[in-house]
Amino acid sequence: MSSIQTTHSTQSLIQLEQLCKSYSLQDVHGQTITTQVLYHINLAIHQGEFVAIMGHSGSGKSTLMNILGCLDTPTSGSYWLSGKNVAALSSNELAQIRNRNIGFVFQGFNLLKRMTALDNVATPLLYAGISRSRSRKQALEFLRHTGLEDFAMHQPNQLSGGQQQRVAISRALINHPSLILADEPTGNLDSQTSNDIMQLFEKLNRDQGITIVLVTHEDDIAAYAKRLIHLKDGHVTIDKNNTGVTALHETF
Amino acid sequence: MNLSAIFGEALRALRQNRLRTGLTMLGMIIGVAAVVLMLSIGQGARTKINETIAAMGSNLLLVVPGATSSGGFSFGSGSVRTLTINDANAIAELSSVRSTAPVTSGTVQLNYTTKNWNTLITGTTPEYFDVGNWAMESGTAFTESEVRSAARVVVLGSITAKSLFGDEEPVGKTVRITNRPFLVVGVLMAKGQSLTGRDQDDNVFVPISTSERQITGNQFPGSIRYMLVQGASAEEMDLAEIEITQLLRQRHRIPNGKDNDFTVRNLTAIADVATDAAKVMSIVLGAIASVSLLVGGIGIMNIMLVSVTERTREIGIRMAIGANQRAILTQFLLEAMMICIMGGLIGLLIGIGGAWLVSQVADMLIVITLGMIGLAFLFSSAVGIFFGFYPAQKAASLKPVDALRYE
Ligand SMILES: Nc1ncnc2c1ncn2[C@@H]1O[C@H](COP(=O)(O)OP(=O)(O)OP(=O)(O)O)[C@@H](O)[C@H]1O
Ligand SMILES: [Mg+2]
Repeated sequence: MSSIQTTHSTQSLIQLEQLCKSYSLQDVHGQTITTQVLYHINLAIHQGEFVAIMGHSGSGKSTLMNILGCLDTPTSGSYWLSGKNVAALSSNELAQIRNRNIGFVFQGFNLLKRMTALDNVATPLLYAGISRSRSRKQALEFLRHTGLEDFAMHQPNQLSGGQQQRVAISRALINHPSLILADEPTGNLDSQTSNDIMQLFEKLNRDQGITIVLVTHEDDIAAYAKRLIHLKDGHVTIDKNNTGVTALHETF
Repeated sequence: MNLSAIFGEALRALRQNRLRTGLTMLGMIIGVAAVVLMLSIGQGARTKINETIAAMGSNLLLVVPGATSSGGFSFGSGSVRTLTINDANAIAELSSVRSTAPVTSGTVQLNYTTKNWNTLITGTTPEYFDVGNWAMESGTAFTESEVRSAARVVVLGSITAKSLFGDEEPVGKTVRITNRPFLVVGVLMAKGQSLTGRDQDDNVFVPISTSERQITGNQFPGSIRYMLVQGASAEEMDLAEIEITQLLRQRHRIPNGKDNDFTVRNLTAIADVATDAAKVMSIVLGAIASVSLLVGGIGIMNIMLVSVTERTREIGIRMAIGANQRAILTQFLLEAMMICIMGGLIGLLIGIGGAWLVSQVADMLIVITLGMIGLAFLFSSAVGIFFGFYPAQKAASLKPVDALRYE
């Protein structure tokens, strides 16, 4: 398994072609109703980009993020991740990609309960086959970087929201991924903590060239990103450079 | 993720839910303890019966006077006196027979110094000790010539010897039987109870001639109570039975069409029945105990299913940070197996303790073999794998996105 390229090239890190997602549910009469959430999304994101996805609630942002993160599969269309067709990968290969190449940050933090911050950060290393003691040593290093060294032995319920999110970011970073996917990472945090977290993301993007795709409802959070994508009812309506001019997408 | 790391994760999960882990384990503990206890009781019974059968002697036939009664057989009731010492001697000549031992019996009082003791007396020949598989604690059996001369010699059963002599050595001493002096020539090794539960060690043995002429007396001289016949080999037992029957009918001049005035019983066949009964008993006991193990296993499956549902989100998070299906499957399977194996080991100890207690309280022979311990261990891990697999499989096959969204 080759890793995602870290050098700039003409090839995109993420390439979506005519990607659709729909859910089938049974209604009260037992009949199947299909609701389409994403409509023919075409999107290319290059290595090193910092992208913010915005849109109303229910517009399909999380659905898109889950597909980008190889947690979910599209109904039709294709998703190329650093040149590889994700649909062709086995569940083991997908697990490995999630482990090595992608870091997730969630709105609800999603730390493992009743487990210390240290062990939470170390777990992805365990799944990468690294020994527990080496994993812990490395995890402590990462916690030190995010200023959480003193909280290493705290369990999630003994940490503030901002601290939990920084633990989650440390966990996302521990395997040196080339892509960070953050679904409303500041949704549960106050504005001061939000800005701290965003500065951390900005630094990671600037200094280490990590590609960041984040979902947010707030304009001042989105302002950290270099590129803005608007979703509306499953369509990409706006895709613009954050400082540049708005470019209306072709799908309308 | 390597196995030891997954093992650590599984152990952590079990520790986080101590009470639940303990309660689930209890099902396993009870199951395995019951299996071990039941197996050891069953095995004990079988060992006991085998020992008794071995002590009884091999390839034995019993010939008693009187026709076969419908309710089984009895040791010749006093009224029928159709078997004689001569019959026994004639049977001993048959090619399918190794030797015979004629027996008369009665009850007597023994005196030694100031002690006296009432017991059974058996008049017989030296062959008796060989056929009945009796070993000597000290001294020897009486001899053929002592039988011919109706000598006043006696061989004591172990309980009788103990009762009269205590720690004193009986051989060479003289006891009085119905006020006549008898020289003690031998003491038998203890044998314990017979298959029918009769104590075999409280009795004395004298030459059959001595018994008839000097002790019990005999209305019908030469008649005997019963005889033990040892066949030449296990294969020839049926032949021996037929030959004995033919010979005795001929000797007793029983016309064709009339019933035998004696009964031939194959003691080995009776022993086989007892062995089979013990085997069936241990199987039934084991089966009953297995049911509790099964119930324990179902309990584990139930808890593991609940656990998978409860921890769906955790599974989702683990998948999002890189756990593959095998890692999830292994973790949940290991959790189930650890409950089973730990429960199994504790159950094993409790089972062994219980077996010891039973052996103390009920004075029963309890046998615990290494094989049983291995079996209990194997069985409990098998239960763990069998009942843990489905929940583990369920956990591993969750879609990451569904698991993550699960509330
Ligand atoms: N598992 C599912 N089954 C059926 N419908 C679903 C499922 N997941 C999402 N949806 C539907 O897809 C649509 C988009 O959901 P999604 O979570 O992507 O929205 P979102 O843009 O992230 O919203 P929010 O900003 O509130 O988080 C919603 O209408 C939702 O009802
Ligand atoms: Mg969402």
